Amino acid sequence: MVAIVDYGVGNLFSLKSSLDAIGADVTVTSDEAVVRRADRILLPGVGAFEDAANKLRATGLDRVVTEEANAGKPLLGICLGMQMLFEKSLEYGEHKGLGLIPGEVRPISEKIPATLKIPQIGWNALRFRRESPLFKYIKDGDHVYFVHSYAAMECEESVIADTEYGAYLTAAVAKDNVFGCQFHPEKSGNVGLAILRAFVEYGGTV
Amino acid sequence: MITKRIIPCLDVKNGRVVKGVNFEGLSDVSSPVALAKYYSDCGADELVFYDITASAEGRQLFTDILCEVARTIFIPLTVGGGINTVEDFDRVLKCGADKVSVNSGAIRNPDLVKEAAKRYGDQCVVISADVKRVDGVFRVFAKGGRENTGMEAISWIKRCVDNGAGEVVLNSIDTDGVKKGFDLEMLDAVCNAVDVPVIASGGAGCMDDFTTLFRTLPKVDAGLAASIFHFGEVKIPDLKQKLAGEGIPMRI
Repeated sequence: MVAIVDYGVGNLFSLKSSLDAIGADVTVTSDEAVVRRADRILLPGVGAFEDAANKLRATGLDRVVTEEANAGKPLLGICLGMQMLFEKSLEYGEHKGLGLIPGEVRPISEKIPATLKIPQIGWNALRFRRESPLFKYIKDGDHVYFVHSYAAMECEESVIADTEYGAYLTAAVAKDNVFGCQFHPEKSGNVGLAILRAFVEYGGTV
Repeated sequence: MITKRIIPCLDVKNGRVVKGVNFEGLSDVSSPVALAKYYSDCGADELVFYDITASAEGRQLFTDILCEVARTIFIPLTVGGGINTVEDFDRVLKCGADKVSVNSGAIRNPDLVKEAAKRYGDQCVVISADVKRVDGVFRVFAKGGRENTGMEAISWIKRCVDNGAGEVVLNSIDTDGVKKGFDLEMLDAVCNAVDVPVIASGGAGCMDDFTTLFRTLPKVDAGLAASIFHFGEVKIPDLKQKLAGEGIPMRI
């Protein structure tokens, strides 16, 4: 069973529907026991980093997700959920993340030309940087849907794909059994569904 | 590189897509779910649903259908029509909409954009403007283009963006339905005034109109149309292939 962690930010309807569409056994939950029992965990997130990180902490699920991931359970963070996998974020101040992947989240304005619009909203191509089980069913250059103003930086060792928006920005990361997508697989058509399918089928490191 | 988006727009009334739709191979051509799936499979980059229902029953039906669409297709969905309050945002976002477009609601209540952007984020709020030239000045029209508000359009759109609208749909009443191309002059004026994505609407009659749009105005992010897609005059896969061949970034 896939547990989508519900900690009170954003709407999980589309994410749950996309897992349903690929035939996965999926539960939206804020119950620690369910997250512990799940085979794999999806950590979603939209909005501001500080607010989301505080809410995750308030539920105590930050500790549960971290422990389960450290024990080898497959974990996929999506959008802000991906950003929370890192050590810290510099979105409006400095805020601590889960620290599952080395690196930090910084404004994309630091890297891209001032002429480009922020947030990056729309379909952009993935450039594969490393092989990954997440990419089992998709190919280099496939398009996925982004909505973001911040991106993971100082994380070169874990980047599995980036995307060109005036500069190359981190699009997907992996470290052992922990994965993250800056884009929204649940809004990226068949390519997005194929990424979720690959995650659901991923055997893990244990 | 981020791609230019091609967006079909579906008008929904009492749970059915209106404006005659004519597709081979679609058994129920006025089913919003069947059409949404068709367009998604064709490569549409996003879908816009306008609720043109007036009754409360129709609105509930629209909401139910939106949930069904969002369960079936997995590309960004924008919803407009009948959005007057933050509660209306909430209602459609819970059904799986990604963006909410406001038009008359923002004219009646200028704080709506600000309140919604604060609660749901700028990327969620789209300002949709119906604009027409009156004595050489761009004016905002309300009530589906029937009523001149007297407001100058460019400054009004700019104010909405300053209040947090993360995207602009510019529908030119002057070119809408004429099928001689998008309103490049009006679009250029808006693109120069705001730094959020601008979606061109109104006037597309053939594939070349999209080429001209993206070539002439590289700042325009997307082209939206309804009837030329619904009637199959322009087929989305053909359009995207052609644009890609002309060097315009497309998701193929």
